[in-house]
Amino acid sequence: MFDWIQNLADWTVYDVLELDKGAHLSEALNFFIYDTIKILLLLFVIIFIMGIVNSYFPIDKVKNYLSRNKLYGLEYLMASLFGVVTPFCSCSSVPLFIGFVRGGIPLGVTFAFLITSPLVNEVAIGLFIGLFGLKTTLIYVASGILLGTISGFILQKFKLDKYLTPWVKEILANAQKEQDAFIADKKSLKDRLPVIWDEVKTILKGVIPYVVVGIAIGGLMHGYIPEGFFEKYMAKDNIFAVPIATILAVPMYSNASGILPVAQVLVAKGIPLGTAIAFMMGVVGLSLPEAMLLKKVMSLKLIAIFFSVVTLCIIISGYLFNILL
Amino acid sequence: MSKVIKILGTGCPKCKSMTGIVSDVIKENNIDATIEKVEDIMEIMKFNVMSTPALVIDDVITIKGRIPSKSEVLALLN
Repeated sequence: MFDWIQNLADWTVYDVLELDKGAHLSEALNFFIYDTIKILLLLFVIIFIMGIVNSYFPIDKVKNYLSRNKLYGLEYLMASLFGVVTPFCSCSSVPLFIGFVRGGIPLGVTFAFLITSPLVNEVAIGLFIGLFGLKTTLIYVASGILLGTISGFILQKFKLDKYLTPWVKEILANAQKEQDAFIADKKSLKDRLPVIWDEVKTILKGVIPYVVVGIAIGGLMHGYIPEGFFEKYMAKDNIFAVPIATILAVPMYSNASGILPVAQVLVAKGIPLGTAIAFMMGVVGLSLPEAMLLKKVMSLKLIAIFFSVVTLCIIISGYLFNILL
Repeated sequence: MSKVIKILGTGCPKCKSMTGIVSDVIKENNIDATIEKVEDIMEIMKFNVMSTPALVIDDVITIKGRIPSKSEVLALLN
């Protein structure tokens, strides 16, 4: 399916630029051209499809659904699934949190949404297919959804309401289940397309620089680091590799678009996939800037509990990946 | 009558680019309006929005969670 891109990359590097086959520079450049074109195409397709899905699941509808329906335990999974289809920018996490609290949605369910949303989204999925293939992508998406579901469920058990900041507690006390059904937007797909199209352009414009830089760094590493280089340091049987990678990653912040191309090269050069994914989830899912934002609504203790539970779940899924794959 | 435009957002890049677009539209079309940036989260929550940036024109929420195009803003202001 992607042969034509490889041919194009070969033609550009060996015929147009007349670089030597097998040299580090030409191999790195070839990899860069191939990966950039392939990944941008995939990103475009996935962002567009997810844009259409999202158009039918706006956040207010999601909130109403979770607020009104009794789901007998399935609400964690539902919130996590909604997290996948709803685009999420970390600066929206506080308004979203308050909105959910106001709608009487349990904290654990809100957390399930907040955890899955940055981990599994259109950009991460598009990149994952391009870099790791479909099978690994499906496993990643499933584990991201499970991670949010389970972490949310555990967090609910802690009875965390008392650790909210005072003004949020007040909102919680006045919370009410949504009475009115959400008034669905009865627009046809054709009418929705212009808005979806604008979103696709905005998202792509936002991630292209990160993707290109990420692939460029990946390309350099690909050309210059020998195969199996990291195996010496981060072998599969090193039981500390996963927790160390995760704990290093948590304070860092990057979106999936910057970190994934680099992670792919690390894997190609011998770092076990589970370790790389744990690192990536730590970078994308949790970060210091996010903790700063959440301070507005949560006490430090609650943030610490939230981060610890999610970190632990990421470490466990890292191990599982290493065992299963 | 002068319109009151409020842009709700905690100061993320998306909110800034929305402010830029709205002020460009006002200048380019000589629209009589004032722009107010609402950055305090407690104030933002009074509007009951869950995704920022949001554009509020004369106390009506018109756009939330995305950056509008110039023509869209112009249509909303007319």
